[in-house]
Amino acid sequence: MSVRARPGLFWFSSPQTFFPLAGRLTPWFFAIGAVLALLGVYVGFFVAPTDATQGEAYRIIFIHVPAAWMSMFLYLVMAFWAALGLILNTRVSSMMASAIAPTGALMTVLALITGSLWGRPTWGTYWVWDARLTSELVLLFLYLGFLALQAAIDDPRRADKAGAVLALVGVVNIPIIYFSVQWWNTLHQGSSVSLTRSPSMAATMLLGMLLMALAFWSYSIGAALHRVRSILLEREKRSEWARELCAAEGLK
Amino acid sequence: MNWKSAADFWAMGGYGFYVWGSYATVLAAVVIEIVLLRVRRRRAISEIIGDNLKTGKSTQIVGNR
Repeated sequence: MSVRARPGLFWFSSPQTFFPLAGRLTPWFFAIGAVLALLGVYVGFFVAPTDATQGEAYRIIFIHVPAAWMSMFLYLVMAFWAALGLILNTRVSSMMASAIAPTGALMTVLALITGSLWGRPTWGTYWVWDARLTSELVLLFLYLGFLALQAAIDDPRRADKAGAVLALVGVVNIPIIYFSVQWWNTLHQGSSVSLTRSPSMAATMLLGMLLMALAFWSYSIGAALHRVRSILLEREKRSEWARELCAAEGLK
Repeated sequence: MNWKSAADFWAMGGYGFYVWGSYATVLAAVVIEIVLLRVRRRRAISEIIGDNLKTGKSTQIVGNR
């Protein structure tokens, strides 16, 4: 593989160069995530005012919306890496997709749980089969399906390809979730933040939400990078460089 | 400042269960994921080091010849 010889487009698609890079970046993403989360919680509880209609219950927004955003965003990123692995046959891309899936599934679960804890005091019910909630539940099943499919196939490269096809088909669900509150008459409130008009919330509320969104984003990247290193080691355990890396980084 | 006292803060205007339940769920999820990440790494490394011991022995035998 001549592409490994010098830095270029495929430089970091080689496990040997990607592994140490991911290892160096992981603690930074976790640290930035922790700092932003602390700032976000501070702004969310001590700076942002009480909501006029929902009282203090609205403060769930600071984790619910970031979790829901990440659940959709991570799915797109996962599908992107899966597609790249499928088209370019780059193993690390496929491993990135596999590394993102558990964190994406977790974010989806968190969006659903925090959403139901928010729904109970504001709507009077934990769950309702409305378009937004149902399509988010479908997203969870897509993540779980991706993980189950990959786990069921012994050959990693075949598992990557099968998973990629599933992930790509599932992408159609993302716009359905996103636009569900516009397309259907849902119990779920419309978006408070949009690209086309100014946000319908106080600036400090928005600040808290954006800080938490960045915290979730940074944490998710850290978790995915941490996991992709384990996946690399699992798949390359018979290779010489995996042993050398374990020795070089003092992993034991 | 939104809160008159610590008790006022924890009560969350009567929504304490829902608000703190949400935050506790997220915190627990993050802690669990980090634990699982570490377990997975440990398992992967120990498999390699285990393999290494085996092959290390075999190369030594080859080297002695």
